[in-house]
Amino acid sequence: MASDPFQSADTANAVSGPPSASDYAGDALFRFIAYACALLIVVLVAYILWKIGGQALPAMQEFGPSFITGTTWDVSKGDYGVLPEIWGTLYSSLLALLLGGIFGVAIAIFLTQGFIHARLAAVFRTIVELLAAIPSVVYGLWGIYVLIPLLRPTADWLHETLGWFPLFSSSLNGPGMAPAALVLAIMILPTVAAISVDAFRRIPYKVKEAAYGMGTTRWEAILKVMLPTASSGILAALVLGFGRALGETMALAMLIGNSNQISVSLFAPANTLASLLASNFPEASGIEVEALMYAAMVLLAITFVVNVLGLMIQQMTMRKFEGKK
Amino acid sequence: MKAKSITKGVMVLLCLFTTALSTTAHAEVKLIGSGASFPFPIYSKWFKDFSKENKGIRVDYQAKGSGAGIQDFINNTVDFAASDAAMSEPEMAKVETGSILLPMTAGEVVLAYNLRGVKELKLPRDVYPAIFMGEITKWNDPRIAEANPGVKLPDQPITVVTRSDSSGTTYVFTKHLSAINKEFADTVGTGKTVQWPSKNQFIKAPKNDGITAQVKQNPGSIGYIEYGYAKLTGATTAMLENKSGKFIAPGAESGAAALASAEFPAGTLPNSEVPNLIAWVSDPAGEKAYPIATFTWMLFYQEQDDAKAQVLRDLVEYCLTEGQKSADKLGYIPLPDNVIAKVRDASKLIQ
Repeated sequence: MASDPFQSADTANAVSGPPSASDYAGDALFRFIAYACALLIVVLVAYILWKIGGQALPAMQEFGPSFITGTTWDVSKGDYGVLPEIWGTLYSSLLALLLGGIFGVAIAIFLTQGFIHARLAAVFRTIVELLAAIPSVVYGLWGIYVLIPLLRPTADWLHETLGWFPLFSSSLNGPGMAPAALVLAIMILPTVAAISVDAFRRIPYKVKEAAYGMGTTRWEAILKVMLPTASSGILAALVLGFGRALGETMALAMLIGNSNQISVSLFAPANTLASLLASNFPEASGIEVEALMYAAMVLLAITFVVNVLGLMIQQMTMRKFEGKK
Repeated sequence: MKAKSITKGVMVLLCLFTTALSTTAHAEVKLIGSGASFPFPIYSKWFKDFSKENKGIRVDYQAKGSGAGIQDFINNTVDFAASDAAMSEPEMAKVETGSILLPMTAGEVVLAYNLRGVKELKLPRDVYPAIFMGEITKWNDPRIAEANPGVKLPDQPITVVTRSDSSGTTYVFTKHLSAINKEFADTVGTGKTVQWPSKNQFIKAPKNDGITAQVKQNPGSIGYIEYGYAKLTGATTAMLENKSGKFIAPGAESGAAALASAEFPAGTLPNSEVPNLIAWVSDPAGEKAYPIATFTWMLFYQEQDDAKAQVLRDLVEYCLTEGQKSADKLGYIPLPDNVIAKVRDASKLIQ
């Protein structure tokens, strides 16, 4: 009876007992695996950078900054420049973000703000997310066989009547910026919509109730209360979508026309960095491989800058709308 | 004691197993090749049939592209390779065991176009290079209309489709255009990838099938593809004016006529006794010759182990006899007899 009360409690009821040695070991093992996984990601990124950078180094030394400002890619003359590709990558991705962003956020509002029954919303959401499961090459084929013929009459009319406007200054000869950007917009739509839906869902219900309690209309509540509150999540969705658009390869290689030129016209063919890499790698040798590695580094740098900018904007809006630091 | 006997048993088993493996490996010869995608449809048929007829022999071919094939050949990772652009002298110098280049089949590069209602289109010698330089931009241009009396040409811009990837087909096509048009040679030049004019009506598509798809989908477009692909997809192709001023449609006969004019350079490949079988038909003179035709080569090493060399010689012999019969059906040109004799002689050097 005079034994240690803790000891007796331990033997009497295992549930409330102190952690055993195997519990400690399990904890340590789990912590080790978690750290290892986190570290592995960093090591992997560093290794990729080191490998690509190492192969790109000779081209970097040879071409330097003129690689980024050059506008020709001529293997036989050994002349390499990627300005048209940088322009095409950013232009197509921004157009896609504009379209995909507007539609994605609109879908998220539609699905979460009580416009339709929750079950129907779940069905819609599944359908939108299904878009992400379609392979890129199928989007490309769909673009060639369906979208381009569909766009052609409108594009021709726009070019003929509004040809003085820089956006419509050339005719659509099949592949070009407009079909590429439209397909890209559809491809990033599920990413933007799904993450935005989650952002809206995370807002506590009382926020909406408080807004209605103050006498707002539904649209006032959505635009002035819900949207700003969800803004950091929506921005994260847009940054992810933009990242996806920057790196997309196959559908663009099939739809953008792969033409080394800089044009603001929506119907002119253009080229992107990822598409340049995909088209030229299989038969490249020598200095061209190094130049392609350099182009890959440029693409990585653009993606990095976009992500950092996105993070900064996200933190700014968080401070402004959500009062967090 | 017990442990010892078990290890003994395992050892015996292992020995049996490895001997079994080595005997089967001896009977079986596996050849790996890589390279050009242009002759891939016919090569894959040849190699499949050859493997079927000869028990224990397997030939695998990967259509990576001519450039990649040459790279693999130099790096010694394959038993043979294939290339549309042959091999350059510095490339051959890198192969330590000596290289043998044998033309195995030939093909034509055709201009496929998409114009509603125009079944037959004749393109003169000065016109088609001008289209690919971006000088002629409308289908009803007087220079095209002049050669096609009675054909109703639409007032439509010409969309030019070229290859976005590096390709032997581009090499052959630009080599021909450079040969017949000096301005083309100076501005665009010859190469597996070239800098096509940066204009809105120039678009690029990957691979032969990519160009075919774009041409079929876009009214008013024209592109260059390998004849086999045009035949396979039923694309409409233009008749081109040859050196003697005749308009010739692509086909087996006109292709063979073009190859007949091929003259192999006398002498041997640099630093070896292998006869030089690299000939280009960049502008054939024959009256019935289609202007853009080319051989495509297989690349072999001079030295390898005897079993492989024997199989490689058999393979070449098979391609030269049985193989040539299927060429026409697949859209390739059978080799002329005098070329077959030369290739057969040269193949004896595969040791």
